Amino acid sequence: MSDISLIVLLPLLAAVLTAALPRQAAAIGTLATGLNAFLAANLGRQILHSGTVTEAIGDWTAPLGITFDANGLASVMLAMAAIVGLAVSLQAAAGPARAGFWPLWMATLGALNGLFLSSDLFNIYVAFEILGLAAVGLTALAGTRASLRAAFDYLTAGLVGSLLVLLGIALSYSVTGRVDMEAVAMLTQSDTGRIALALIAAGLVVKAALFPLHFWMPGAHSSAAPAASALLSALVVKGALYLVLRLSLEGGAGTEFLRNTLAVLGAGGMLWGAWNALRAERLKLLVAHSTVAQIGLIALAIGVAGNPLETGLWQAAALLMLSHALAKAAMFLAVGRIAEALGHDRISGLNREELRPGPAEFAFAIAAISLVGLPPTAGFIGKWFLIEGLIDKGGIHWIALILLGTALSAAYLSRVVSRCLRGGPHVSATARRPPWRTGDVAALGLATGALLLGLAAALPISLLETPFA
Amino acid sequence: MISDFAFLISGAGLICLALFRLATSADLLMRVLGLNVLAIGIAMVLLVSARGAEGTDAVPQAFTLTGIVVLVGVTAALLALAERVAEARDE
Repeated sequence: MSDISLIVLLPLLAAVLTAALPRQAAAIGTLATGLNAFLAANLGRQILHSGTVTEAIGDWTAPLGITFDANGLASVMLAMAAIVGLAVSLQAAAGPARAGFWPLWMATLGALNGLFLSSDLFNIYVAFEILGLAAVGLTALAGTRASLRAAFDYLTAGLVGSLLVLLGIALSYSVTGRVDMEAVAMLTQSDTGRIALALIAAGLVVKAALFPLHFWMPGAHSSAAPAASALLSALVVKGALYLVLRLSLEGGAGTEFLRNTLAVLGAGGMLWGAWNALRAERLKLLVAHSTVAQIGLIALAIGVAGNPLETGLWQAAALLMLSHALAKAAMFLAVGRIAEALGHDRISGLNREELRPGPAEFAFAIAAISLVGLPPTAGFIGKWFLIEGLIDKGGIHWIALILLGTALSAAYLSRVVSRCLRGGPHVSATARRPPWRTGDVAALGLATGALLLGLAAALPISLLETPFA
Repeated sequence: MISDFAFLISGAGLICLALFRLATSADLLMRVLGLNVLAIGIAMVLLVSARGAEGTDAVPQAFTLTGIVVLVGVTAALLALAERVAEARDE
């Protein structure tokens, strides 16, 4: 067995183990997350050294068998899941144990790894189903009425999305006679093929919560427990976005209509998400709407990348996914700590006399800087690549939209940051500081990661530059 | 071939009906049913696409089977969630 199949198998085995041994679940889960990070790092090193690694499971080759394809993009995504996973595991292992968290999180990780590596459309559909069910479980874990209702809506929307994907895959099989990634380039040649591609894309748009099909998402992400919200917002929606990018790279970008639609929807999501985040009254809802806006930005980057995909632009999309994952996970963990310290998460109540800002507020501020895209954060590198590529291409109206979205994100994030970090006369002299908790360490670690990634961006970029198989 | 066409049209009709219901209905049970109708419609389209001049192709049939398995699992999860939502409402 090679490293590639192990990285999918390990979390799934851990999911079974943590379900069977609930008492040792935290220890097993943390261990598995650590091992997964090690395997992901090892695979990344291997790819940097010798290019794309492929494995045909059971020596059955495509089009009949399933191939795992560890290329640079997949490896960046694996690393993203591993890093966010480590921080979330740290927070969950220290916090109050919720029965069911570990098996669900391990299944999520296994499904994500399978999704990132798989080169077979039907296998990807199966991975999506595992991911969708586990993510719904994570949403419902909070047990409140709002979260149960949100989980129901999430599962309904997710199932509609995956049924559309299934229909698209079946149609693409009837056109091309195969379901591996090679089929994608053939699909762009015929009308039926393009319809198949459009169906797959429509399903993915629902799953990625891209405007205007994001209706299920703010509720689900804002009513779940902090660790679950961080996973859902940072990783789960990235699964669908990754597949959109992968399909465009494999030749799907040849369908100009789909590409333009994606860019327009992305721009719409960026503005609509920002508008709702400006109006949100609760902190978690603000962060969830900011995810709608950021997903819009990433979709826009994929949409404008052109055909064949221009290097700078699609790499910008991958970098934005990575930076958003780190920053958004940090933000949700920080919001969880802030709400715990305050007893509520109303934005108007963040101005307080009795409590000084603590590490969670600091982590939130750093994550906000990365989301807005100020240097030297990872978000800055992503936006820089994107705007530089657009200047070369002459897409001045897209640049204007991106800058407008950036200004709006600075506006809604400063609603929180300005309230959290303000000192001065309204803080009483006897105000206490909130005590340090493990959740603070996880949030600060991720936020620092987003900051450092901007300085060490050469590593993911050189991974992304390894030639595609 | 006429029967193939009839299957295709009714499958597409079921898909449209189900999507319309899912978009307009707020009732939880109605939406579970809508999803089931949607999946059946898609299964019909898949099964028609499996029929060719030289007999049936097993791959779309296998897709359909996988789809049915997923549908049963998700329907169970949805019903459990709907029950929990109703319990939480009563409290």
